[in-house]
Amino acid sequence: MKNSQWFVKGMKAGVPIALGYFAVAIALGISAVSAGIPAIAAALASLLNNASAGEYIAFTLIAAQASYSELVAMEIVANSRYLLMSAALSQKLEPSTSTLKRLLLGFTVTDEIFGVSMMQEGYLSPYFTYGTFVVATTGWTAGTLFGAIMGSVLPTAVVTALGVGLYGMFISVFVPEAKKNRVVAILVLISFALSALFEYAPYIRELSSGIRIIILTVLISLGVAIICPIKEEERDA
Amino acid sequence: MHNVYIYILCMAAVTYLIRVLPLTLIRKPIKSRILRSFLYYVPYVTLAVMTFPAIIESTEFALAGVLAFAVAMVLAYFGKSLLFVAVSACVTVFVTELIIKFII
Repeated sequence: MKNSQWFVKGMKAGVPIALGYFAVAIALGISAVSAGIPAIAAALASLLNNASAGEYIAFTLIAAQASYSELVAMEIVANSRYLLMSAALSQKLEPSTSTLKRLLLGFTVTDEIFGVSMMQEGYLSPYFTYGTFVVATTGWTAGTLFGAIMGSVLPTAVVTALGVGLYGMFISVFVPEAKKNRVVAILVLISFALSALFEYAPYIRELSSGIRIIILTVLISLGVAIICPIKEEERDA
Repeated sequence: MHNVYIYILCMAAVTYLIRVLPLTLIRKPIKSRILRSFLYYVPYVTLAVMTFPAIIESTEFALAGVLAFAVAMVLAYFGKSLLFVAVSACVTVFVTELIIKFII
């Protein structure tokens, strides 16, 4: 397939993501305004970051007038899963992929875009991911702007309902894989159980949610990787 | 008084570096089977950890979150699209909370 065909294929994969992003980003835009951030700044943050959890945390810190270094530290924690996803994505690329293509690709790593990119057969064409990104980020940025402007008009019940969309998106990334692969299914159940334990157990629950996510991700992924590594034929998957 | 745009540039720079460093630095296939497995499992674990129990905490009434969680899991299992799953979860919460408020 030619690069342009990959780009168009990626754009098509980006449409459902963009619609989901739009709905979810409305809740994000609302939280930005309540943190005292102008609508246009909130939209800019979404355009440059494309990070749900990272942006939520940043808006909270901005509202509290936290120091810049505190924000940087918190963003490293909240977004460190992208470090792992990006490392996984590096294995999906043809080794000869140029630095410029890699630099551009670095901008596109989000949970869902990563998800659809990893689902492609064989080596990933970066153009596929660029196509998905262009469409998805438009939805994300527009949704943030819409939420920031319209948030005060929407009833609370609608805002609460929209907030759940994010989790629906997460679920639709890991459930299909769990259905195909029994180890992933077990992995997901362990994740749910330990995540609940960390949420409610004394002392541990005092940790910030970002730190809890990282500890659990490394602990569970590494544990299962040692006990039950992927089979050889799945190596290129 | 801190400037909101400097905040945004700081977070954008950090987030970009986190995303781009592994892509540019890791250029060869990773040989270690355990490391490969680890990288394959990471995204699913992260998303699962972020979803539960946060979805239940995010709604006004826990029951609405529980139902949305169940609906999304079942629909995703039967291969429904990302958008359909996300919207169904939202609608479930909206309707459930409407009914609860009507009753109490």
